[in-house]
Amino acid sequence: MTVQFRGYPRTSSPWKFGVRNHVVVLAAMDNVNGVVNKIASVVPNTIPLPIWYGRGQYGKDDEQTQRTIKGVITNPNVGGVVVVSLETQSASKLVDYAHSYGVPASAVVVQEAGNSLAAVAMGAQAAAELRIELSESERSPVNSWNGFVLGVECGGSDTTSGIAANPVMGWVADQIIDGGGTVILSETSEILGAEHVLAARAINENVAGDIIRIVAQIENEAKRRGVDIRGANPVPDNIKGGLTTIEEKSLGAIIKAGTRPVQGVLEYGQKATQPGLWIMDTPAPAAESLTGLAAGGTHVITFSTGQGNIAGFPTVPVIKVSAHPKTVERMKPNIDFDASAIITQDTTIEEVGRGLLAHLTRVANGLLTKAEVLNEGSWAISRIEPTV
Amino acid sequence: MQYAQMHAQDNVVTALTEFVAGNTISSLDGRSVTVVENIPFGHKIALRAIESGDEIIKYGEVIGRARRHIAEGTLVHVHNVESLRGRGDLQ
Repeated sequence: MTVQFRGYPRTSSPWKFGVRNHVVVLAAMDNVNGVVNKIASVVPNTIPLPIWYGRGQYGKDDEQTQRTIKGVITNPNVGGVVVVSLETQSASKLVDYAHSYGVPASAVVVQEAGNSLAAVAMGAQAAAELRIELSESERSPVNSWNGFVLGVECGGSDTTSGIAANPVMGWVADQIIDGGGTVILSETSEILGAEHVLAARAINENVAGDIIRIVAQIENEAKRRGVDIRGANPVPDNIKGGLTTIEEKSLGAIIKAGTRPVQGVLEYGQKATQPGLWIMDTPAPAAESLTGLAAGGTHVITFSTGQGNIAGFPTVPVIKVSAHPKTVERMKPNIDFDASAIITQDTTIEEVGRGLLAHLTRVANGLLTKAEVLNEGSWAISRIEPTV
Repeated sequence: MQYAQMHAQDNVVTALTEFVAGNTISSLDGRSVTVVENIPFGHKIALRAIESGDEIIKYGEVIGRARRHIAEGTLVHVHNVESLRGRGDLQ
């Protein structure tokens, strides 16, 4: 299979190329969100990433947040970043990290600039300079899936997801992996009920054990709270669409990751630097899950929906796929790829899969997704312990 | 396709169109099943009678347990199926 698209060369291992070249304006803590939003409104075509929290976190929770921020700002689609914070240390360590990955970065520190308006001016100047610097970036040919990282996600699922949309995405995932690429599956609660299927495909017992462990954590937490998770997962729109239990949802959900062996389990926001299929331990809702995938280094994410989920991600193109005949019609402004022919015309999974793979290649080459055009994306870093 | 039976061992099929009482479907093992009530698009139909406490099988795997007797050809969903996982409410 020949792969042909053009990507922005990235000199920093492990990322060989990016499929976008974004200028990001990042808040390292939530007290500077106003400054970040103002900078992004002063300089068009920059991506603001205001944040919730980021101060007063400690321990594993802080490790997770910092790991995720670092992963997001060094995602291969980021061409440059302006890091805004209140105080110096939190900004400089992120700038240093970005530099270590060859990502142009500068810090804007409100307490150093003097006040929020001075910080906006400083940040706007830095963002504008990045926009000019990156305007001469050129794409180069990419002839292999090696180095490409695909995220797979589902949201607003119903029974068409497991029957049609996810098998199509799974077919594409297999092609990417067979071509030397990486695929990341996440949403741990949507493995609950199907973990034995994935564990059986683990490359060794340690990996199988990790899969069982992350799913057991979900179940133990439900027991700790004394609550049936039905309603939280599956959510009301899943149930309205015909999904009855988390087991049914999960058995349909894992199909989107294809059939290849599982190489390992990644922590939330951990970079996926090796080829093959990986599982990342994330919550199920889109903003948190896509944030984990972006931090993991995804170039593109395929996202199936049955009842209709509109979420994209600010810095990663998200291709919305649906096989529900009514959803592809009603949600045309938000759905990129119509897989409903499997249901309405008995078209084969492989035939529709080839179409999705072709569409994905065009997106990698620069074709915009609807979520990018409409800016239907937000990020949200998962928390695991309270702030002090 | 009008409905999908994912695996030969399944005791449910998933409707991919609306069904009404009197419609018939064929299971993979060649039986004809008569639908006895309205089934919305995307919802499941029992391929055979399922006793209270029995497992619901889809994709060849257990997806839950019947909370009461489910007659052949009737709707299978949250009103008559409970999950076996994530049941923090059972201690």
